[in-house]
Amino acid sequence: MTVTADPKTATERQADQVTPEFAAEIDEIVTHYPVSKRSASLPLLHYWQNHFGSVDDSGIEWIAARLELQPINIYELVTFYPWFRREAAGKTIIRVCRTLACAMAGSYGVKEKFCSAVGLDPQAEHHGFGCAPPTSPDGKFSVEFVECLASCGSAPVALINDTLHEKITPEAIPGIVEQYK
Amino acid sequence: MTAKPFVMPAPHPKERRIIFEAISQPGYDPSIETYLKHGGYESLKKALTMKPAEVIDAVKASNLRGRGGAGFPCGVKWSFIKYDDGKPHYIVVNGDESEPGTFKDRYILHYDPHQLIEGLVISAFATNTHLCYIYIRCEFPEAAKIVWNAIKEAKAKGFVGKNILGSGFDCDIYVHQGAGAYICGEETSLLESLEGKRPYPRIKPPYFPAVLGLYMKPTIVNNVETICHVKHILRLGPEEYAKMGTPGDGGTRTMCVSGDVMKPGFYELPAGAVTLGELIFDICGGLKPGRKLKAVIPGGSSAKVLRAEEVFKVKVKGPDGQMVDKEIPLLDVTMDAATLASVGTMVGSGGVMVMDDSREMVWALNNLNQFYAHESCGQCTPCREGSLWMSKITTRMLDGGGQGGDPKMLKNVADNIAGRTVCAFGEACSWPTQSFLAKFPEEFEAVATEK
Repeated sequence: MTVTADPKTATERQADQVTPEFAAEIDEIVTHYPVSKRSASLPLLHYWQNHFGSVDDSGIEWIAARLELQPINIYELVTFYPWFRREAAGKTIIRVCRTLACAMAGSYGVKEKFCSAVGLDPQAEHHGFGCAPPTSPDGKFSVEFVECLASCGSAPVALINDTLHEKITPEAIPGIVEQYK
Repeated sequence: MTAKPFVMPAPHPKERRIIFEAISQPGYDPSIETYLKHGGYESLKKALTMKPAEVIDAVKASNLRGRGGAGFPCGVKWSFIKYDDGKPHYIVVNGDESEPGTFKDRYILHYDPHQLIEGLVISAFATNTHLCYIYIRCEFPEAAKIVWNAIKEAKAKGFVGKNILGSGFDCDIYVHQGAGAYICGEETSLLESLEGKRPYPRIKPPYFPAVLGLYMKPTIVNNVETICHVKHILRLGPEEYAKMGTPGDGGTRTMCVSGDVMKPGFYELPAGAVTLGELIFDICGGLKPGRKLKAVIPGGSSAKVLRAEEVFKVKVKGPDGQMVDKEIPLLDVTMDAATLASVGTMVGSGGVMVMDDSREMVWALNNLNQFYAHESCGQCTPCREGSLWMSKITTRMLDGGGQGGDPKMLKNVADNIAGRTVCAFGEACSWPTQSFLAKFPEEFEAVATEK
């Protein structure tokens, strides 16, 4: 069953690139949920997205089959949670906190500066829900606003890949971007 | 696996660090060796010599209230679980810290994960639970790795897993990562998320997951900080612990201060030990030079905002036991659950956001409205539509499109959300609008009528 028409050819399907090692890792994650396999759907989506960079339709179907669910059970998660995306994003994802404490400390300016530092339109809007955030022309960077990152005492903050950057000043931004080039 | 080094500033004389005592020590790291050197897992050893009911009684006697926002007495919550009802029990630690203004659990998870694990195993022992999950928001990727690693270390030393320290008690702990949704901090939404479903909060009643929780079995959901306190209750003794706070609100409470103060940060204070004025001007170094206090959100963004020059008329117990009227100016409000409730707001998750006279209230409310519009899960119509409309109206007002009826319309929308939704998000998203409008009507009127 296909969730939506998949324009990709078979060779581009993520599910066709699953290796035995990858599948073994998946099976290990499922053991964390002895009561219900369905509980493993979020961790499996994380694992899939970390590995492939996004979750395409074949991924949704593969995970659903592994957990003995219908594809819709996975699809409804991918479209609900802002973290998941069905399209590839930049290699480095810059998530700038938008909420009140960071906004008071200048996060709107920080986000604009990050956008211009990586060659993105600072005014481009993005609302998540499965779409990839705006990505720089070289494919290296994506920049997006996210809601509170729970570090209001060191505002403004940004989560860049797995690392939190705190008390960001506009002057520091070109240097931060340079670290990830 | 360690996060980047973190140095806690020296404690203010008013501070009493329990949860953050170890983290404050120079060279403290999240490894189990360091934790054991600082007296780690001694409370667990003590708990295993006690009867489970005695552990619950200790937590009850400590007057520990939940530190996640609702402030429910922890021991009472636990006692809803029948120890030997023959059903499996679960404990889920709520580490989905996402309430704007709150940033305490982040430091516990990154810098002292064993404290959480020890508290969790004690809690599991008290409630006959053999399977626990620690739900960590995915915006803390390092924390998830650190906690996973800590669980492995604890397992290797026999503090987690089968037959813990030879007691015959088994308890497994797993980390579960969220995926960027604020709603998953609501406990029934968190359980749905953990079950792998779309995380719509569950209809109440039952009001407590202790009745029907994870997989429809009795479940305890507690905040990270709350679970950590359990360890210290056993270490210090419940009486000693309760003495630190106010009656009915025991122990220490971590206040996270952000916004327009000189020294934002988190401060662990005995519950009710300081007034808002002491917190802002004494502990946090006051406002920026030349600025005046304008507004304070005292307990996370969902708590009702307070205005600087407000004076509250409250009833307090006088020396002769009679209730007497008393006037309290804002800066004299003590930061405990009962006092903040009496002035019409809440201590919530302890996130104090301070705004000085450079801040426009319509702008601040619009920022919060955008947050709630983005985070509404969409299950209930009043919240899904209302949060979006409140956000649209305040955005339009800021963009110069204010209309005369806007404040009234905003209030009307907000009034029709609270109390009409499955979960407390309805209240959380309407309280900011209601309170900003009530406390700063002149700013909203001015923006609504300017052309």
